[in-house]
Amino acid sequence: MVNESDVEIIAKLADISISKDELGAFTSQFNEILEYFDILDQVPPGEEGMPDLENVLREDVVTPSLSQEEATANAGETEDGFIRAPKVM
Amino acid sequence: MEGGYIFDEKDRHNAFISTLDLALFETNGGPLEGIAVAVKDNISTAGMPTTCASRILEGYVPPYDAHVVTLLRQAGAAIVGKTNMDEFGMGTTTENSAFGPTTNPVDPGRVPGGSSGGSAAAVASGMVDMALGSDTGGSIRCPAAFCGVVGLKPTFGRVSRYGLIAYSNSLEQIGPLGKTVTDVNTLMSVIAGPDARDSTTYDRPYDHTPDPDVKGLRIAVPEEFFGEGVDPAVSAKVQNAIATLEGLGAETIECSIPSMTYALAAYYVTCTSEASSNLARFDGVRYGPEVPAVRSWHDEFKTYRGERFGKEVQRRILLGTFALSAGYYGKYYAKAQVARENVRRDFIRVLKDTDVIAGPTMPSIAFHLGEKSDPLSMYLADILTVPANLAGVPAISVPCGTVDRMPVGLQIIGPHFADEKVMDVAYAFEQEVA
Repeated sequence: MVNESDVEIIAKLADISISKDELGAFTSQFNEILEYFDILDQVPPGEEGMPDLENVLREDVVTPSLSQEEATANAGETEDGFIRAPKVM
Repeated sequence: MEGGYIFDEKDRHNAFISTLDLALFETNGGPLEGIAVAVKDNISTAGMPTTCASRILEGYVPPYDAHVVTLLRQAGAAIVGKTNMDEFGMGTTTENSAFGPTTNPVDPGRVPGGSSGGSAAAVASGMVDMALGSDTGGSIRCPAAFCGVVGLKPTFGRVSRYGLIAYSNSLEQIGPLGKTVTDVNTLMSVIAGPDARDSTTYDRPYDHTPDPDVKGLRIAVPEEFFGEGVDPAVSAKVQNAIATLEGLGAETIECSIPSMTYALAAYYVTCTSEASSNLARFDGVRYGPEVPAVRSWHDEFKTYRGERFGKEVQRRILLGTFALSAGYYGKYYAKAQVARENVRRDFIRVLKDTDVIAGPTMPSIAFHLGEKSDPLSMYLADILTVPANLAGVPAISVPCGTVDRMPVGLQIIGPHFADEKVMDVAYAFEQEVA
């Protein structure tokens, strides 16, 4: 079971603001879903699946790619061909 | 450029998010020359907005084409528009769209299924001949079943996902929808094959002519596909369809897939965990509407994601964040991966002695708009489609009649890389009932 303050902490970790009005609904839906997830406790102990996997590697060589202009075309703000981000601290 | 393709722009079902007035296509004698193809709006199209039906990608115009879009263009297809969907593919009804719900062409009071509901509705209403969707836990097969069209989720790794805006990488595949098995087969032959830009693809191109001969075919019929929660009228329709295949010389073998008990929980833990990581990239810096830079980044970013992501997307990001958090990882994510491996082994075991598995695609007919307001009850509708994604095997949905005048889908699931086989069985059934 989680309570409203747990959901608030999770929302903070996920960088999503949830209004006080929505918190109650989110919390009860969360508990309903988590209760359903408890069925996983019935899973017999076993291996996690990693069947016959093979890494796909390639040489690190430069190939044709997006131009700087194309790559930054969707950014909100750019400066000298770079993306400008808001201050973090 | 000749406008020889068929595209009726009267979009009565809100199937499209954006359309092109005149789709350009190459007159090159390709297999899709001049054929109108719709593309789900989570597949990147250079120069054409791609929104994932989310306000967080408002105004985003991809600078490159997804690999499947490049292949469509090379085949001469006319890409006429981008179809509506549940935001980022998260939903079973296409109601979770920032552009409003798509309605079901068979009954506009009902949902088309999801999340590729726009693609299915565009095909079902005759607006286009074929469409691309993506299937993370049933998102091609569910709307195909609800709208009465054909849809294939290919084997994991058979179709490149380069340019598909990721939601849950270990589960999702791009695949074809069409009115007939032949159309789906044709579109599959265009999009399948290896791609150096998607390291999960295999060198398994698809070049196949459907063969309707099912004499001696061994069809496994798992009891779980006809169990609790499945509408008995839907079960009866699908049993009839299987009997039709028996009439054509196939034999049926009853079986059990015990891991189905926890498959749905394993699916939702896995996909929400992957979503919480994938959707962290939507921070308003590199694409999408700009984040104002007045307060600190985290404050701005939180408000922005709170306002621009829909509720279901927020719910899944939060669930995934929780499932991966310290102290809960072992209880949820680790167990889900063991459960997933058990599902995969169950499918391999059953398909060792049989050729395909058959059952309903969905446990019910299409819901009424607004009927599934509770998230968990919506999730439960995916119970029969998610196992194929967890196991990575191919699965097709083909119409097999109606219940209350609404279409029902027969689902045929095959072993890894037997996309051709599930196509053959669907074709045999379609030809017999046509």
